[in-house]
Amino acid sequence: MNNAYWKDVVRFFVLIALQVLLLDHVNMGGYINPALYVFFILLLPFETPGWLLLLSSFFLGLSVDLFSNSTGLNAAASVFMAYLRPWVIRRAGAPADYEGNLKPGIADMGLRWFFLYSLILIMAHQLIIALLDAFSFHEIGMIALRLIFSTLLTLALVLITEFIFMRQRK
Amino acid sequence: MRYILAFIWRYRFFFLFILLELISVVLIVNKSYYQRSVITGATDGFTGRIYTTWSEITSYFRLKSENERLASENARLWQKITPGQLTTDTANLRVKDTLYGQQYTFTVAKVISNSTTLRNNYIMLNKGKRHGIVRDMAVFNSDGIVGTVVSVTDNFSWVMSILNQHTRLSARINRLNQMGTIVWKGGSPAIGTLLDIPAHVKIKRGDTISTSGYSHIFPEGIMAGTVEKIYVESGDHFYTIDFRFSADLNSLQYVYIVKNLLRDEQDELSKNVVNE
Repeated sequence: MNNAYWKDVVRFFVLIALQVLLLDHVNMGGYINPALYVFFILLLPFETPGWLLLLSSFFLGLSVDLFSNSTGLNAAASVFMAYLRPWVIRRAGAPADYEGNLKPGIADMGLRWFFLYSLILIMAHQLIIALLDAFSFHEIGMIALRLIFSTLLTLALVLITEFIFMRQRK
Repeated sequence: MRYILAFIWRYRFFFLFILLELISVVLIVNKSYYQRSVITGATDGFTGRIYTTWSEITSYFRLKSENERLASENARLWQKITPGQLTTDTANLRVKDTLYGQQYTFTVAKVISNSTTLRNNYIMLNKGKRHGIVRDMAVFNSDGIVGTVVSVTDNFSWVMSILNQHTRLSARINRLNQMGTIVWKGGSPAIGTLLDIPAHVKIKRGDTISTSGYSHIFPEGIMAGTVEKIYVESGDHFYTIDFRFSADLNSLQYVYIVKNLLRDEQDELSKNVVNE
């Protein structure tokens, strides 16, 4: 336990710093904002207990919120995403044996698996952000547009980051 | 009781999820300024320090454009002061009179955090209570309006950007002197909307919009933007006018905070009217 999680702890802080210092200032086309910090939730080991998954996601989102004065918004989206994660893993095909020390990632699970897994979870995350932020259905076209582009941009960043750091982990 | 506890324990993953979501939603919905300032007051020493350091590093990359903007602003201000103007009136007498007193003072501040992607955007400035900043002060830069101060701590202040669904600013179309209200409908951070202009006036694309000075917050005549699209929503007697903000909210660096010295007097007066 002590040894298994230190990489995740480091990732937690590095991703928050990256998100609030750099990515929150990237506004493609004005209102499309990539949320790479969810990479942390995607990469948590399969055997992470449920309470730890939810709590760490909550504090991850809350930390990002504190820097953008959007208190609660990213926290709500991250917790929702963490809640869906076990379900998505079951649907996307869990690894045959949990004993095998497999990690959710391209190296262990293959590109197709990781792509689908990330796509569904990132979309769920962006959906909550778009809905809670607008708080009204008047702007449904805007919400849809933002959802699609932010999801694609975040997914692209997640896949690129995963490819860059894949070799190190093997 | 034991069964209830066993039940909760069995679905603890679900209940923890609900609990955390509830906390988040309470934080979102609690938009009252008091709550907000309590939360930011507790965190902003930390976040403020990080942002100050970071903006000191990144501001170097924008020095050139910032200098050009300042130079052009200086040129504009030079034109306004006396040596730049041809004096036709020889009896230019200055009387030291309370009638010519100053109404607004300006404090320069640096933007240390900003967002434009959300529906409700806020900006953090590096000036706070210690520099005499209080709630409801106007914020603009040399290009145009930026927002209004909504909460202040000792060293920092949060500004509600005009890119916010609570934005309502009194403004007018300069050529016609017609009064309207500026709101932001979301979407592009470059486009705002002007409402309440009656549908019989003749507005053209390219007309300039500036603040009216009726709100006790913004001084009169600060540029807001230029008209882009004019239409009437069905069943409405007023125009909906989409205009392009003159300030680029996405690349803010230095802004001015406006203090209205006669604010209390103006508020007092309007309170008296309401009470009658």
